Amino acid sequence: MEIPHTVKPRPDTGLYNSKIGIWLFLASEVMLFGALFSTYILLRVGAPEGTWPKPGTMLNIPIGTINTCVLIMSSVTVVLAWASLKLNQFKRFKLFQAGTILLALTFLVIKSFEYNDKFTHYEVIKKDGTVINGHLVSQDSKHVVLEGAILPVKGEHKLGDHPNQQPAHQHDHEHDHEGGGDKAGQNAQGGESTHGETGQQAHGSESGHAESGGGHHQEFEIARSEIKDMDNYGPWFNTYLAIYFTLTGLHALHVFGGAVVIGYLWGPGSKMWHTEPERFTNRIEISGLFWHFVDLVWIFLFPVLYLL
Amino acid sequence: MAKRSNDTHAPVEHEHEHEHHAEPGFWQKYVFSTDHKVIGLQYGITALCFLLLGFILVALMRWQLAYPGQPIPLLGDLLGNVLGDRAISNGTLTAEGYNMFGAMHGTIMVFLAIVPLAFAAFGNYVVPLQIGAPDMAFPRINMASYQFFVLGGVVMLTSFVVPGGSAQAGWTSYSPLATTIPTSGQTFWLIGMVLLITSSLLGAVNFIATIIQLRAPGMTWMRLPFFVWAQFVTAFLLLLAFPPLEAAGVLQLMDQVAGTSFFLPTGLATSGAEEISGGGSPLLWQHLFWFLAHPEVYVLILPAMGIVAEIIANNTRKPLWGYKSLVYSVLMIGFLSFIVWAHHMYLTGMGTKISTFFQTTTIIISIPSVIILTCMFVSLWGGRIRFNTPMLFVLAFLPMFGIGGLTGLPLGFSYSDIHLHDTYYVIAHFHYIVAPGTIFALFAGIYYWFPKVTGRMMNEFWGKLHFWLSLIFMNIVFQPMFAQGMAGMHRRMYDGAATYAGAASPGDGAVVGLPDVFIDMNIGISQAAWALGIAQIPFIINFFYSIRKGAPVTSDNPWDATTLEWQTPTPPPHGNFVKPMKIHRGPYEYSLPGGEEDFLPQNQTAKTV
Repeated sequence: MEIPHTVKPRPDTGLYNSKIGIWLFLASEVMLFGALFSTYILLRVGAPEGTWPKPGTMLNIPIGTINTCVLIMSSVTVVLAWASLKLNQFKRFKLFQAGTILLALTFLVIKSFEYNDKFTHYEVIKKDGTVINGHLVSQDSKHVVLEGAILPVKGEHKLGDHPNQQPAHQHDHEHDHEGGGDKAGQNAQGGESTHGETGQQAHGSESGHAESGGGHHQEFEIARSEIKDMDNYGPWFNTYLAIYFTLTGLHALHVFGGAVVIGYLWGPGSKMWHTEPERFTNRIEISGLFWHFVDLVWIFLFPVLYLL
Repeated sequence: MAKRSNDTHAPVEHEHEHEHHAEPGFWQKYVFSTDHKVIGLQYGITALCFLLLGFILVALMRWQLAYPGQPIPLLGDLLGNVLGDRAISNGTLTAEGYNMFGAMHGTIMVFLAIVPLAFAAFGNYVVPLQIGAPDMAFPRINMASYQFFVLGGVVMLTSFVVPGGSAQAGWTSYSPLATTIPTSGQTFWLIGMVLLITSSLLGAVNFIATIIQLRAPGMTWMRLPFFVWAQFVTAFLLLLAFPPLEAAGVLQLMDQVAGTSFFLPTGLATSGAEEISGGGSPLLWQHLFWFLAHPEVYVLILPAMGIVAEIIANNTRKPLWGYKSLVYSVLMIGFLSFIVWAHHMYLTGMGTKISTFFQTTTIIISIPSVIILTCMFVSLWGGRIRFNTPMLFVLAFLPMFGIGGLTGLPLGFSYSDIHLHDTYYVIAHFHYIVAPGTIFALFAGIYYWFPKVTGRMMNEFWGKLHFWLSLIFMNIVFQPMFAQGMAGMHRRMYDGAATYAGAASPGDGAVVGLPDVFIDMNIGISQAAWALGIAQIPFIINFFYSIRKGAPVTSDNPWDATTLEWQTPTPPPHGNFVKPMKIHRGPYEYSLPGGEEDFLPQNQTAKTV
C-alpha cells in the first residue's frame, strides 16, 4: 500500500502530508528562536545600567539594512519561482530560483565580512590603565599594532566594559580586510593563547600619540610587555556579542541549510519536474515556506540586534 | 464519499506491483528500514538496553549509598579498568564517579530509555496500525529519527571514557556548576542532547502529521483509541517543549567552548584561570531547562496512560468509562504542562509572586490527572476482569501512579516544598510515577502487543512471577525514601548521608543530624533494588524464549480486541493491512448485547456477525 496524501491534499484537512509537516517543523523553530529571543530579553534586562551597547555602536546599520533587503528580495524571488511552476513555466522558475540562491549567498558573504570585522577588532588594556580600541593592523611576538583610538575611561576598566563609548567601531571595512584578514582569522581561534603571551616581551615602544584623544583613527604600536589584557570582539567579549553571534550564527546556519535544499531542487532535484510535476511543485512550496521563515527570523533579528 | 473511496482503492493496485520486487536484503530490512514497525522494534530493543544500563548505574550507586567507601564486589576492579581512577579507584566508587553515574542515570533513563520506549517504540509500532494507516507519513524521516537517536546514544556513552569523565552535574546540568566542572564530558552531553532533541523533533512532526493525515476513512477524532490521543498530545509536547532546551543546550555549549557567559554571572570564580566576561544568568538556564523538563514528565506518563487505557478496556470487556473526559483531560494536561515549569524552582529566589502563580497552575494540573485516573478506576467497575499478565501490570499501575501523583501535591505547594525540596522525598515521588508507573505500563504493553509482533504469546507463569516480584521490590525500594526525605536526607549525598549522621553525644553543642534509622534504611533499599534487578531476569528469559518457542497464537486477534492493530495479519506485513480499512464505530465496543461475540472491531459493519 502506498502512503495516501503525499501529493494530493486530504479533503477534510485541505493539506498534503509534507505541508503539515513543514508547518509543524516551523512551529518547533518558532519555539527555538523564541527561547533565544527570550534569552536576549532576559540578559538585556538583567544587564547593569549602561553596559548594553547603544544602537549603532557595535554593528554597522547600513550593512545590516542592505542584508535585510537582500533577504526580502530573496523572499520575493522564491515566491515567483513557485508561482512560475504553478503557471507551468519551468524556465522562469529556474531563473527566479537562481536569483534566490544568489541572494542567499550574497547574504552569507556580507555576514561573513561583518563577522570578520568583529574578529579583527581588539580592545587592549595597558598596564598604565589606558584602553586602546581598534582594528588589528599587524602583530608579532613583541608588538601589537592597532588602528583606532584611546577610550576615555574612568577608574578600573575591565574588558567588555562600556562598549557604547567606543569611538572606533564604524570604520572603513575594505581597509581593515587588507590590513590583516587572515591573521585575524587565526587570532580569533587562538584568542586564549594571546592572553598567555600577554606581557611576556620586555621591550618596544608606542608610536601613537595618546594625547590626541578619541575620534581620530591612528595607528598604535603597543609593546606586549605593556599590555595587561587584550581581546577581540568574539562571542567571549561580552554578553551582547555572545547573543549576537549565537543568534546570527544559528540564523546563518538556517540560511545555509535552506540554500542547500533550494540549490538541490534547482539543480539535480529539478528532474522530478518532468516526471512528477505536481509533487515537484509541492517540494518548491515546502522549501519556500522554510525560506520565508528564515527571512522572518531575520526581520526580527535586524531591529533587535542592530536598531534597538 | 465516492471520491475518497477511490483514493483508498488506488493503493491496492500498487501493492501488486510491489510484490514483484525482490525481497529487500538484511540491511534494507532490519537496519535501514523505513517500515514503521521495524523502526518501532529498533527503538524498543535499543531503549530496553539503555533501560538496563541506566539500572546498572544506579545499582552501583546504591552499593556506595549502602556501604560507603567499601569496594564494589565482583565488578569494582573491572569497572575501574574501563572507566579509570577518576570514577572508580581501588574498586570503590569515587565522589566524581558517583556524580557521573548519577547524572548519566537520569539522562539515560529519561532521554534514552523511557521516552524512546514509550513514545517512539510503542508509538511507531502501534499508532499507524490503530488508525488504519499503511505507514507513517514520512517513512524516511522516521528512519532518520532513529539514526539520530542512536548517534545521540553513542555520544552519551562515549562521554564515559573521555578525559575528565562524563557529565557530573545531574541530568539537570545546572549552570554554572555544569560549566565549571573540568571535564569534556559535559560538551559530549550537550552534543548528545542536541542529537536526541533532533531525533525527538523529527519523530514528533511525523507522529502528528500521521495522526492528522493518515486516519483511515471513518476514523473520526472521537473514534481514535485513547492510546492514539495520548501519543498525539505527547508529540505536541515534544515538538514545542524540546526546542527551548535545544536553545539552552546551544547556549551552554557556547559557554563551554566559545567562552561566552550566558549562564555565568559576573564575578564567578572558575576553576580555570581564564577570565569570563560575566553578565549571564544562572536562573535563565533553569527556566529554559524546566520549560522542557516539566512537559517531559508528561511525555513520560501520557503514553503509559494510553497503554493502560487500551489494556483496561480489553481486559474488563467494557468500554472505557468517560472516553470523552479522558480525551479532554489529556488535552488539558498537554496545555497546562507548559505553564507549570517553575514549580521546580521555588527555592531559587525567583520571587514569591512567581512562585504563587506556578503553585496555582501546578495544583490545577492535578485536576485532569485525577480525572484520568478516576475514569480508569471506574472502568474496572462491574467488569469481568481477565487477570492476565498485562492486566496485572495495569492494575498495579493505577495505585502506584496514584501514590506518585498524590505525593507530588506537597511538592507543588511552595511552602511545604521548602522542607522537601531536593530530598529523597522528591526521588521517591517521581520514581513512583516513572518506575512502578510508566515502566509497569510499558511492561504491560510489551506483554500485550508481543503476540501481534511475533505471533507467539509470552509465558503467563513467568510473566506473573515477574510482575509480583517487581511490584514487591519496587515498593520496598521507594517507600522508605519518603521517610528519609521527610527526615531531611538530601538527594545528592555521595555517602548516603553518613556525613550528616546524628552526633554521638548531641549535648555538647553538636548539630543534631539525621537519626541512624534513616541512614540504615539505605541498606534495605539497596538490597531491594538489587533484588528488583534480579526480578527482571524472568522477563528477559521469557522475552527471548517466547520469540522462538512461545505458544503460537491461534488467531490474529488473541485478546479479542476491538482496535485495528488486531485486524492485520500476524505479524503485520509491510503496508500493514491486506484490504483498505473503513471504520464504522468507536474504539471500545465490548459486551454489546445481542452479538455473537462480546466485542465488535472498529471496521466491522453489522452488529451481528
